[in-house]
Amino acid sequence: MTEFEAVIGMEVHAELLTASKMFCGCPTTFGAAPNTQVCPVCLGLPGSLPVPNRRAVEFVARTALALHCEISPRSIFYRKNYYYPDLPKGYQVSQYGDDPIGRNGYIEIVVGGQTRRIGIRRCHLEEDTGKLFHVSPQTSEVDYNRSGVALMEIVSEPDLRSAEEAREYLVQLRAILTYLGVCDGKMEQGSLRCEPNISVRPKGSAAFGTKTELKNLNSFRAVSRGIEYEIERQVAVIRAGGQVTQETWRWDETRQVTAPMRSKEFEQEYRYFPDPDLVPMVFTPDWVQTQQESLPELPRQKQLRFQEQYGLPAYDAQILTETRALADYFEAAAARHADAKAVSNWVMGELLGRLNAASLDISESKVTPEGLAGLLDLVANGTISGKIAKDVFEEMFVSGKAPEAIVQEKGLTQISDEGALATTLDAIIAANPKEWEALKGGKEQLTKFFVGQVMRATKGRANPQLVNDLLKQRLAS
Amino acid sequence: MRITSEYVGQIGRLSRLALTDAEKERLTTHLNAILAHFERLQELDTTQVPPTAHSIPMENVFRDDTPRPGLTPAEATAAAPESAEDMFVGPRIVET
Repeated sequence: MTEFEAVIGMEVHAELLTASKMFCGCPTTFGAAPNTQVCPVCLGLPGSLPVPNRRAVEFVARTALALHCEISPRSIFYRKNYYYPDLPKGYQVSQYGDDPIGRNGYIEIVVGGQTRRIGIRRCHLEEDTGKLFHVSPQTSEVDYNRSGVALMEIVSEPDLRSAEEAREYLVQLRAILTYLGVCDGKMEQGSLRCEPNISVRPKGSAAFGTKTELKNLNSFRAVSRGIEYEIERQVAVIRAGGQVTQETWRWDETRQVTAPMRSKEFEQEYRYFPDPDLVPMVFTPDWVQTQQESLPELPRQKQLRFQEQYGLPAYDAQILTETRALADYFEAAAARHADAKAVSNWVMGELLGRLNAASLDISESKVTPEGLAGLLDLVANGTISGKIAKDVFEEMFVSGKAPEAIVQEKGLTQISDEGALATTLDAIIAANPKEWEALKGGKEQLTKFFVGQVMRATKGRANPQLVNDLLKQRLAS
Repeated sequence: MRITSEYVGQIGRLSRLALTDAEKERLTTHLNAILAHFERLQELDTTQVPPTAHSIPMENVFRDDTPRPGLTPAEATAAAPESAEDMFVGPRIVET
């Protein structure tokens, strides 16, 4: 049977974190009461004139540079004309053609140990639409608070080959946007939206199959599942002798399937033309240089540095750099505790595990980097065992207390008193003569039994190394 | 290029205009006359002229990212044909 491969391109829209809208001074606060953040410009009232937001332009240029794009020396705004109630002017101000702010860049992603470069075709600036609410069978209501909010569009080349790669692309892109502070990356709130174009073709074929566009992917999980489902659907259509038709499909989160949206009766004709109300933007090499120099360390650079500086595996580095806050947390803890791999293990394991289970962000963690480093110090210097450390961590997570205080309060310090442990061990040997004879007879797996019994008798506080040593001494005598 | 009545219908639909057959015929004639004029203009050799998007020689006009109050919901919806509870109300349109 013919093997198929998927060809995926991603179109991502990111709402920019500007305080005011793209072409007017209306505020952009999320969740404000309907139509409280509107003015004649974003309502498209006659006679109003737009003036672009300087910061939004800088945000897009900085993103473009972080995506290794070239900056167009001259970039203009176009009108994209279509009629829909969420678009009060009857056109969306967007960019078109070969002069978007940024073009021809790439993102590096690592999937299955392979590093791949995914091309970025364009990175441009436009404006968001209003929001429609369908409240009755006859009417729709419109809130224009979002109308005119600065929106960045990032279009990739069709370089992605699986749902996993598409997801990773989005993870990396989101990380870049949040590192730059240009977008909050909240998919569930719609401030980061992604619309993949998906087609399939026989493996090895150079030609592209017919693509469909997928909408309504509101989480990373939906992105993975939706794309996987759509790939399988297209392969099934072709295997059954059918043809994929070019149309838009919608991911149905409740039913976990894709469903076709009403196919457009006419090919949309947007009649793009340069917006006469908005003058061209000209970017000098000096200005571009200033933007370039303002870029912070980006996720990919940080990943490579974490591998180099802390000797971490690529996997750890990738997880720890997904958000700037998490990376900062790790570095703060690693600065206080020498064993960086131990810090990484605890951050990725216990900390992220508990945060996820409690739906908390790293910024809300009661366990501070100092606290975590202190806990690991206690394990490293033998004050507590690794097992007890997990209990202490749990207590820290809930109460936010310092590890030393918890260990003190609960009397959890490790018992490293040889005399005390010897007494306990001897009592256990006396109580289990059969097992002791078997161990002496060479049944080595019983070592674990005796160590375990001592741990139990001391509520996990015995120093396991010392118990092992004592056991060996007694076997040798 | 010749514009057909079907094409006028299609543009009308994209513009959400319900055109009658008589209107389509009339517009077809008008639009073709306009295009004929542009065909005359196209006889000019403009290969040496850069495309002009704007007639005024200005660039980089920006404003600072400073929010300022706009209209109240009542003012915003004042001219709307229909509104309810600070929302604009129109015929139901769902892109499904």
